[in-house]
Formats: sequence, C-alpha cells, structure tokens
Amino acid sequence: MTDTTDTQTDAIPDHLVAHFTSRIGHNSADLIEGETGAWEIIIGMEVHAQVMSESKLFSGAPTDFGGDPNTHVSLIDAAMPGMLPVLNEAAIRQAVRTGLGLEAQINHRSVFDRKNYFYPDLPQGYQISQFSDPIVGEGRVTVDMEDGESFEVGIVRIHLEQDAGKSIHDRIPDQTCIDLNRSGVALMEIVSKPDIRSGAEAAAYLSKLRSILRYLGTCDGNMQEGSLRADVNVSVRRPGEELGTRCEIKNVNSIRFVRQAVDYEARRQIEILEEGGEIDQETRLFDPDRGETRSMRSKEEAHDYRYFPDPDLLPVVIDKAFVDEIKASLPELPDTKAARFVDEFGLSEYDAGVLVAERETAEFYEAVVDAEGAKRDPKIAANWITGDFFRRLNADELAIADSPVTGAQLGGLIDLIADGTISGKIAKEVFDEMFDTGNDAGDIVEEKGLKQISDTGEISAIIDQIIADNPEQADQYRSGNTKVAGWFTGQAMKATQGKANPQMVNELLKEKLGG
Amino acid sequence: MAALTDLSIAEAGEGLDNGDFTARELTDAYLAAMEAARDLNAFVEETPERARAMADASDARRTKGEAAGPLDGIPLAVKDLFCTEGALSTASSRILEGFRPTYESTVTANLWEAGAVLLGKTSMDEFAMGSANITSCYGPVLNPWKATGGDAAGKDLVPGGSSGGSAAAVAARVAAGATGTDTGGSIRQPGAFCGIVGLKPTYGRCSRWGMIAFASSLDQAGPLTHTVKDAALMLAGMAGFDPKDSTSVDLPVPDYAAALTGDIRDLRVGVPAEYRMEGTPPEIEALWEQGVAWLRDAGAEIVDISLPHTKYALPAYYIVAPAEASSNLARYDGMRYGLRVEGEDLTDTYERTRAEGFGHEVQRRVLIGTYVLSAGYYDAYYLKAQRVRTRIADDFKTAWESCDVILTPTTPSAAFALGEKQDDPIAMYLNDIFTVPASMAGLPAISVPAGLSGDGLPLGLHLIGPAFGEETLLRAAGVLETAAGFDARP
Repeated sequence: MTDTTDTQTDAIPDHLVAHFTSRIGHNSADLIEGETGAWEIIIGMEVHAQVMSESKLFSGAPTDFGGDPNTHVSLIDAAMPGMLPVLNEAAIRQAVRTGLGLEAQINHRSVFDRKNYFYPDLPQGYQISQFSDPIVGEGRVTVDMEDGESFEVGIVRIHLEQDAGKSIHDRIPDQTCIDLNRSGVALMEIVSKPDIRSGAEAAAYLSKLRSILRYLGTCDGNMQEGSLRADVNVSVRRPGEELGTRCEIKNVNSIRFVRQAVDYEARRQIEILEEGGEIDQETRLFDPDRGETRSMRSKEEAHDYRYFPDPDLLPVVIDKAFVDEIKASLPELPDTKAARFVDEFGLSEYDAGVLVAERETAEFYEAVVDAEGAKRDPKIAANWITGDFFRRLNADELAIADSPVTGAQLGGLIDLIADGTISGKIAKEVFDEMFDTGNDAGDIVEEKGLKQISDTGEISAIIDQIIADNPEQADQYRSGNTKVAGWFTGQAMKATQGKANPQMVNELLKEKLGG
Repeated sequence: MAALTDLSIAEAGEGLDNGDFTARELTDAYLAAMEAARDLNAFVEETPERARAMADASDARRTKGEAAGPLDGIPLAVKDLFCTEGALSTASSRILEGFRPTYESTVTANLWEAGAVLLGKTSMDEFAMGSANITSCYGPVLNPWKATGGDAAGKDLVPGGSSGGSAAAVAARVAAGATGTDTGGSIRQPGAFCGIVGLKPTYGRCSRWGMIAFASSLDQAGPLTHTVKDAALMLAGMAGFDPKDSTSVDLPVPDYAAALTGDIRDLRVGVPAEYRMEGTPPEIEALWEQGVAWLRDAGAEIVDISLPHTKYALPAYYIVAPAEASSNLARYDGMRYGLRVEGEDLTDTYERTRAEGFGHEVQRRVLIGTYVLSAGYYDAYYLKAQRVRTRIADDFKTAWESCDVILTPTTPSAAFALGEKQDDPIAMYLNDIFTVPASMAGLPAISVPAGLSGDGLPLGLHLIGPAFGEETLLRAAGVLETAAGFDARP
C-alpha cells in the first residue's frame, strides 16, 4: 500500500474563525509592486504547538521525542476496542497558561469534539479536538520588527487537540509504516487573525509567539522536532479591496521557511491574478529544497469532518480560582522584560528586544549585570552578549544553555576591564580563552601575564623611544597633523603586545609630543 | 434436590456458603448444560478451562473463609461486547475476527473480583445493533421458548437483541446470570422475550471501559437474571466509579439486594398516557393493566402521568445512536487488528475491509450516522435530535414530581419467529418503542417477566426509575415479580 499525503489536519472552517483583520491601514513598504500596480499580502496563521507535558492529552503514555517507533503507545492511543479517553489536566493548565500569556480570554466551559476522517496514522478514525467551544478565546501578540516598528496580531482562539501518528513511507518499499508515538500527544492550535502583511512579519510573528511559549514553559518551541509548526494562510489583494482567495501552506517547520514560503506564494498568486487568472482555494506544501509551494489538495477534495461533541468526554469546566492560580504563577514575559531593561538598565529598545527574545538570554544577561547585589554597567554587559558572546555561540553552534562561560564568569571579565586590570582589546583574547577552557578571566590573565601596563615610568620610556625613532612623524604632529597621534598609539600598543593602558598612552603622547 | 442449574444466584450462593455443593460442582453442572444447549447458538466461545480454574479458586477462598461475597463461585456468561483478557471479544462482528484483548473490561474485572466464574462469551447482534440477535456474524441465536399456538407455533423464535445470547443462555439455564448491554433496550427487550429479568442501570453507574462502544452516550452494562434479587446482586458486583471512564459517576454502590423489602406502600407509580400506542396488541394492554392492579393491590398509589415527547424518542434515538456509532466504528479500519482485506490502494483497502467486515445492519447505521453528521444536515438532524433528547429528559424530570417509578410494557409483542421483520428495519426498530425513552434520558429501567402471551410466550413489564434510583426501582420490581409469580419455563 502506498500513499503520498502525510497529514490531513485542516483549517478551522471560515464560519468559526473571525476572518476580519483588526489591522487598519498598511505599511507601504510591505506592498508588492506587480506589473499592474501594488498588491497587499494578507496572512493569517494557525500554529500547532506541542504542549509540554509528561503524558498525552487523553492517555498516560509518555510524550518524549525520539523513542523507538511504537514504544510510547497506550491502548488508548492505538484505539483498541473499548478504550476511553481521560483528559490530562496538565494540558488544560498549559492551555490556560498560554492563553493568559497571550492576554486572551479564558473560556470557563469548553468542549472536546470529534473530527472524523480516515487515515492510517489516525487510529481512532477521528481526532479529538475543540471545534465550537475552544478553551481560549481572543487575545493578542505584539510583534517587533528589526526596523523598530511594531504591530499587533490578533489571536482568534487557542484550542487543544490530539496529534496524529507518523506515516513512514521510505522504510519498506511499497509499504507505509506507522509510528504511533506521537498519536494522542497534546497540541495547542493557536489561530491568528489575518493581521500579518509580509513574509518578514510572518516570520517575526512566529518568532515572537515561540518566544512567549518558551517563557511560559508551555511549548519547547523545537521546530526541528516538530514541536512547533505553522499552517500559513496567504492571499493577496489590491490595497483596500476585499480579501482575496487564500491558500493554506501546511506544516511549515522553520521560521526561515515561513518567510520564504509566504514570499514565494504571494508572488505566485500575484502572477496568476495579473495574467487574469483566478486563485484556487487549496492546501499547499512548501518545498524548502526548491523554495516553492506546490498544490497538495484542492477544495473539492476537502473533507467533511462531521464534527460533533465527543460523547466519551464531559465538557471542561474551570473556575476562576483555577485561572487565578495559574495567572499568579506566570513569569515576566518578553514585552514586560524588555520594557524593564530599557527602564532599569537604560538599554536601547533594540538591544532590550534582542536580549529578551530568548528567556535563557535574558537570564544570562541579568546574571552578567548582577555583581552580587551591585550592578555592572548594563550597556557594556549588553554589548558583550550581543557581540562576542553570540559570535562564539554561533561559531561553535552552541545553545546558550550549553555555553562554557557562565553569566557570572562574563561578569568577572567585565570587572577586570572596569578596574583597569586588562584593556578591552586583551579582554577579547581572554574571552576566547574562557570560552575554550571554561576558566575564570582572572586566572587566565594571571597565567598568561596579560595584565595591563599602567606604570607611567614604563610607558613613558617606551613612548620616548618611539618618538626618538620616528622624528619625521613627530614633526608632522607638531606642525598640526594631530591625526598622527593614532599611529603613535598603535606603535606603543604594538611594543607592549597590547598590554599598555591605552588611556595612559594617549595622555603621555599628548604631553610629550605637544611639549 | 433440584438441579444445580435451577437455582437462582441467591440460592446457589446460599448452597455454596452452606457447603451443600462446591463452586466446581456448580460450574460443571453449567458446563454440561452449556454443551447440551449448543443448538441455541448462544455462545461465541465457551471457556470451560477458565471456568473450572475460577471455580476451584473460589472453592479455595471459601474453604479459607475468604469468600468475596454473594457472587463468589457463581457461573456467569458474558456478552461478546465486553473485552475479556485472552478470550474472544468481537462484538459478534467479522471485522473483529479472532480479536483477543490483552485487557479486561472494568465491569467483568469487577465481577471476577467478586469471585464470579466465566462460562463463556455470548453472541449478540453485531455491535449491539439489532433487536432479534440475527445480525451476529456467528449466525442467529435461538430463543429456548416455543410458541404453543398462533403463527409462530413450532417455529424457531428470536431471543430478542442485542443481548440475545446472554438472555437465551440464562433462560435455558446454561448460566446463572449474564452480563448484557443496553443502548436502546438491548437488555430489557431480550429479557422480556426470554422470560427473565433484565436491568439497565442509570447511565454512568457501570463503567464503559473495555466495553466495545456502539453509542457512547447511551451504552450501559447491566445484568440478565432469573430473579430481581439476582439482578440486584449482580448489579452490585458490576457497578462502581471508574476513573478510566469520564462518564462514570462517583457514587457509592449501595446494597441493592437489601432494598428489596417487599413494601411499596410509600411509592407512587406513574402510568404514562403516551405509552398507550395505537396498534398495541390487547394482550399487552391487558398485562399492563394487570401490572397496575398488582402494584395498587400492594399498596402503591397509581398516578396518571404524561411524557409528552415520547413519540419523538425513537426517531431521535435513530439519529443519535447511529451518529455516535458511525464515529465509534471508524477505528475498525483493518490497520491494527481484526479483519483486513487488501485492496488496490489505501482507500480500496478501507472499503473492502469495512464492506466485508461489517454486516448490513451495521453498514446501514454507519451510513445513517455519517449522513446526519454531514455538513448541512447536522443542525437539522443531530442537533435537533439532541434537543429532543433534552425534552425527553425534562418530561421525566417533571414526572418525578408526581411519581417515584413508572410502569409500562417492555415490548409491543412477544418473541417473533426467526426471519420475521428481517427485511423491514422500521418494524424491527419498533421493538424498542417502550424502552428507548429511558435510554435517551439515561434512566435506570428493568423488565420483569409478568405473564404469557396467548401463544404461550413470555411477556415483560417495564419499570423506569429516576437517575440512580436503582434501589427504589428494584424494590418495585421485586413486588411486581412476587405478584406476577411467573414460573413458566421454556
């Protein structure tokens, strides 16, 4: 038996989704110029986020990634006869937590429905999902762009649903193998309003959403493992006109691909429209190798899912105390944190945004700034993290959690610069050594004799020697070409292997050349 | 001494406690009876070895003074809808051909915990869809009763359904009692057809975990027994809260047998006007009148009541039940267990598997259910049927203000001949006309054998109680049983 399609989850029908954008006007930079004039791209996204929980949505089977096929499967997940689902309360907590993090309305009564369709990786023959009464209602996400602009994306709803299993087509020729490890794992489907206007915005939205989920601890955001994936609805229209026909790009599993997929898809639709064609409402897949989307299933093949309330489950009723308890346990989220960084540390909004994007980075930053009660210079700390620290993490392909240098250690290095023990230039060397060895800055400086020369006599003698060796340059300076000072500084640093205190060098040079 | 298989569960329990005979002797007597009654085709699998081992274990407990209670050592039959570890559990459908679960349903596990002995699995209408036990993939089950006159005289009769195998086995004294399941009348109707007691408890009283689902919001396990007291004893062994079934209700299980005081002088018995339906045979009407008289004579107050939405119950049931079934049966796709018929491609494999695996009645209901849930029809059918269901439940709620139990006939006729009504699904569906409303409202109800038809076939009277009112229901049923003094035998 062979089959080509992989997963058949599908969009929430139009009548249940408020497909009215709340975004007024448009950024003219986001318009696409076609052959016949400007086009606006309208994007709405359905993000599937795997709920961080020990066990599945309706069974006790574990949710760990990477187990041998069919080893994390309970009788319920395999839909054995007579098996019944029992709701995992942890998933409800996580959904509510997510809703609160997205400033959304929490529905005190929600219902699980069955979405009926046949597929080998869907053992029950239906997916348990939430259709007309989701657990979370309208909310919003503020998204910041690199140029400093920000915009808001409305959230229509968040509902809980079961993941399907996995069809593996390439293990045995002409046969499809089914792995049910994922079958029944809890997903949150986070549905946005069509408030997004470009591929870059779509990528920024997904990135921000991922950041919030990771702060909340409700989804690990691991896109490679499929913990977070997006269905992207794209349509184009002339600015101010009615919404066009949309295509849904399924299961995009990287932020970069979201941007590429939208850009490609918008161009494709504009080309068709400009040639007088019509857009077919259909489901498409993004092929990252070719950088293009292609048709997967048209509307005519769309399923009638025959949703109805799952009679095996009672409506989910939660009270205010339940919600309040979760609310009280929410962490400081990126927007609030960024505002505090601007406020408390005097950082630029851009730097604050970069530092809070990942919860681990923000925590690292605060560890660098915090000198046991005292505070290190917050801007210098920020520069170190966004500069050398990120450079080394990238170069070594490390996550911040795996960094060999701790926040406190980086703080120690900054202390050595501040008290004049080493120069900024030497500090970069020391930092690389710290990253290679995991040793403290002080030990490295000591061991390698990198301590800055701040002895006036020693520096003075060196400068005297340089002036004496280079009378021509000295004359130039004296005749008004003060730019030569830089050359002298360079010579002095060179002579001391960079260890001379550059401030003292400059002062002494001025004194001696000017005199 | 009477044959061991003539004893009720209560009597057998006493005999075991008194040391008159052992559980092994009792079980062997039933196993012999089972073998002798194979013509009925009541069992899809006999489990004699397991039965003897369970009986021996029971005897060992009793010797040590550790008997678990009134069911310890009692041989029972179990409907093929219950998953029983290692034993055939197929819902009498080809699609579950050869399926032997690795797990035990909560209800049967409770019974084994109480010391009961499994004799075998009984045939049923495929996936519990039917009222004659003619849709089983193992062939029809025969009613041990024969008509003494009329059109059906001498013919093979149906035992009713869907718990037909269980009812026939108990009626033929091949099992001391049996589990059944009731979705729209599947315990009570075969109970009436076979001249035994059939009890459907309140929805949520018995766990559905491990019971192969037909219509999840209606399915409920219950006992088929010779006496009301036996029904009380068996229910106490089956019932209980189960965290594995979200619709199971967390209420203590009372001593149901203790509720059988024989005194109903405080009870008000409701007689619903709407159950006097046109075309009901006079002998059914007469039996109903007789039942009213018996209860009045026992000191109960008789109250005329109205259940105005009764006539909508059956049509609404035939929307709700197939809708849920169409989804519940989607898991039988040939991919993981049971029958698989290879096709050209995936869709073809699905189609062939389900076409060969499901019988006609199941296919009919899957089609109806799929249709009523389809886009554009959902509101007109499913949603409306759910609204009707709410009205029916409200009717009963109103009725409980003026009465404590409700008395009606169980069925509009006695057992009919095999082959009759086979090609007329509507006529077949009408079997459940009196039993379906209580199912739709999730209420407990019981059928008590109350008399014989003109053709010498058993007829039942039907009592309905308020939710979790099993004690009152059984008390009234006990009085009805005593008054009727039904002692006819097949």
